[in-house]
Amino acid sequence: MNRTTIAIAAAAAVFSDGALAQAKEQFVPHNYYWVGPFAPGGTGIAGGAIDYLNMINARDGGVNGVKFTGEKCETEYNNARGVECYERSKNKGPTGATLIHPLSTGITYSLIDKGTQDKIPILSVGYGRADASDGRVFPYVFPLITNYWSQNTAKIKFMGQKAGGMDKLKGKKIVNLYHDSAYGKETIPVLDVQAKKYGFEVTHIAVPSPGNEQQAQWLQIRQIQPDWVILRGWGVMNPTALKAAQRSGFARDKIIGVWWSGAEEDVIPAGEAAKGYIAAGFNVSGANYPVVQDIMKHVYAKGKGEMEDKSRVGSIYYNRGVVFSMITVEAVRTAQNRFGKGQPMTGEQVRWGLENLVIDEKRLKELGATGFMQPLKVSCLDHEGGGQVKFQQWDGKQWKVISDWISSDQSIVRPMVEASAAQYAKEKGITPRDCSKEK
Amino acid sequence: MLYREAGQFRSTYSEDQQIFPIRQDRIAIGLLLVVAFVVVPLVANQYWFAAILTPFLIFSLAALGLNILTGYAGQLSLGTAAFMAVGAFMAYNFELRIPGMPILVSFVLAGLCASAVGIVFGLPSLRIKGFYLAVATLACQFFVLWALQRFGWFSNFSSSGVITAGKIEIFGYVFQTAAEKYLLTLGIVTVLALAAKNLMRSETGRAFMAVRDMDVAASVIGIPIMRTKLLAFAISSFYCGVAGALYAFCYLGTVEPEAFNLDLSFRILFMIIIGGVGSILGSFIGAAFITLLPILLSVLFGGFSHLLGVEIPHAWISNIELIIFGSLIVFFLIVEPHGLARLWQISKEKLRLWPFPH
Repeated sequence: MNRTTIAIAAAAAVFSDGALAQAKEQFVPHNYYWVGPFAPGGTGIAGGAIDYLNMINARDGGVNGVKFTGEKCETEYNNARGVECYERSKNKGPTGATLIHPLSTGITYSLIDKGTQDKIPILSVGYGRADASDGRVFPYVFPLITNYWSQNTAKIKFMGQKAGGMDKLKGKKIVNLYHDSAYGKETIPVLDVQAKKYGFEVTHIAVPSPGNEQQAQWLQIRQIQPDWVILRGWGVMNPTALKAAQRSGFARDKIIGVWWSGAEEDVIPAGEAAKGYIAAGFNVSGANYPVVQDIMKHVYAKGKGEMEDKSRVGSIYYNRGVVFSMITVEAVRTAQNRFGKGQPMTGEQVRWGLENLVIDEKRLKELGATGFMQPLKVSCLDHEGGGQVKFQQWDGKQWKVISDWISSDQSIVRPMVEASAAQYAKEKGITPRDCSKEK
Repeated sequence: MLYREAGQFRSTYSEDQQIFPIRQDRIAIGLLLVVAFVVVPLVANQYWFAAILTPFLIFSLAALGLNILTGYAGQLSLGTAAFMAVGAFMAYNFELRIPGMPILVSFVLAGLCASAVGIVFGLPSLRIKGFYLAVATLACQFFVLWALQRFGWFSNFSSSGVITAGKIEIFGYVFQTAAEKYLLTLGIVTVLALAAKNLMRSETGRAFMAVRDMDVAASVIGIPIMRTKLLAFAISSFYCGVAGALYAFCYLGTVEPEAFNLDLSFRILFMIIIGGVGSILGSFIGAAFITLLPILLSVLFGGFSHLLGVEIPHAWISNIELIIFGSLIVFFLIVEPHGLARLWQISKEKLRLWPFPH
């Protein structure tokens, strides 16, 4: 029957693929998306991430001789497909999947249990569950660099700087325009806490997914007349918001986007309306960093490379993919230093590598990425590691960095992370690890 | 020759009333169940359990639920995903808030909550029909998701509105591995599918079909329209609610309301259209087609480019997969507008005559 033929054929294909793997290789799944409404982000990040690994293979011969291999799997930004890709890829290569970048908050949620059970680190760099920063409850989940809550406190700090001091925020009005999804809602509690602390007034306005209809929302914003609008959008919602702002006469340099609202793909469709718009970022754009130049030299000059449109090399999303893979490579390197140089690492060993990952300014210079990303120091207790944000402004042609690294306010974020993680642990019946006992 | 009921005489009422009156059908179903319960757990690996079989069973159950409503009772609905969401979130809440609550009871109660919601949103069906009803059930889709996202109680005030399914424990036995969760899902789906098969032969099922075929005529012969329609909504939503609870507990573990969006409702509607409207088997075939075919295509393409050694840009492959998938849907709808289950029926007819066709 139809179903059985499908089953047999799929089984044959899946199993034959797994048998091709050889030793001395580090398998990294490339589970990203190349189609659908979020493909502009997906293709850029996937391209950067894969190109960097290929560059490391070509330039250094991998990490201590262990080359990176990978396989692409299309997740369509769909939870079920993401889980399928994860299950398909997790046992490939000599040691199974090194780690996974799900590149979707929804898929990250779906993989938390599975990754923990299979001992495969789930890296949600700049997205996913903020409370997973508490590594005691989430041993295999790493919302690295900066989680949403930290980003949000940095954003309020930036507003404070602009206003001339945090005490000047008192009485100011801020609108939080968010994508109505788990991703969009993530920062509501932390904003409420900050509103109370600094005495500003915050209004949360939801935009139903996908966000191409915002007339009513901007009418409301016009009535409120806020000092700042936080744009927590994704995909098509971003240019729509900028155009709507222009129409309702709201100054774009008073709109601050999150980093999923701050790429070239978000502003170019809005045209003139995007000029002056400010967005946060944990990486910057530009192709003149040594690390991107190395990719050009070792990958693209040889006629290879993921991006069909080479002009996208060095764009925000592309560089974000490079950051993703830099972390992958450095985590493997750290793990090798402890568990054996020149050996492929298992997911469990890579987790150790992640929890002991230190990328300081010196290391960033060696990587050719000074100013490209922030220094990182991860620990068992703190799975976030960085917590800093840069702000950039769109001048109509490119993103201009307009601030230094602004650090987040961990005195607000950390207690919330711990409380939320503790609630999760209680619901799931997890006993948090004792980090002092980790070696 | 092989498939012929000639010579099978029924001499008692109970023989006449069994679910599968033909001996060959009984043997086939028995074999299928043995394969699903015994052979598959012995041969399948974790990838199969977690990524293929469990979601296939869960979507089959949801499609079955919709098929009861749309296929048998003739009420078009676009709220399937919403009923699943109710099931998932209520099962989570029963488990969370009532200590020592048996998980199966939570599933049943979650299904009943979905039924209640189904009845409320089924009320418009008393006045409107067809596409207009589909639009009315859209309201259900949006309202339920809105309520789940707005009222923190449903997600236990989680900041992102996400729920995390707890442990699955039945009589002290913890279902933890993918294989165990598969068996639990399979058990529930088997029981519910047999119940549905049986229900459709009963007075209730026949009333559903009478209402579907012509509700005026049905009311003239004394079928209470209101009761029948609302019952169809209740039973259908129950199935969808249980499917949603399984989706959260046995499949993904952590679920956000957005996972149950309109897109999922459409996918389930496509499942029954492709599989066969008004057919229990069709729900399963349709679910297999919609959930498994894209995976098969992507695996095949992966192996294909591997074999040829040609570097095809991955974006092309992803898009070609979608194009082929879409064309297959169109192809099957042209060849067999009554769904894939109809093909099985035709082959049964042919088998009856084989090897001596007219």
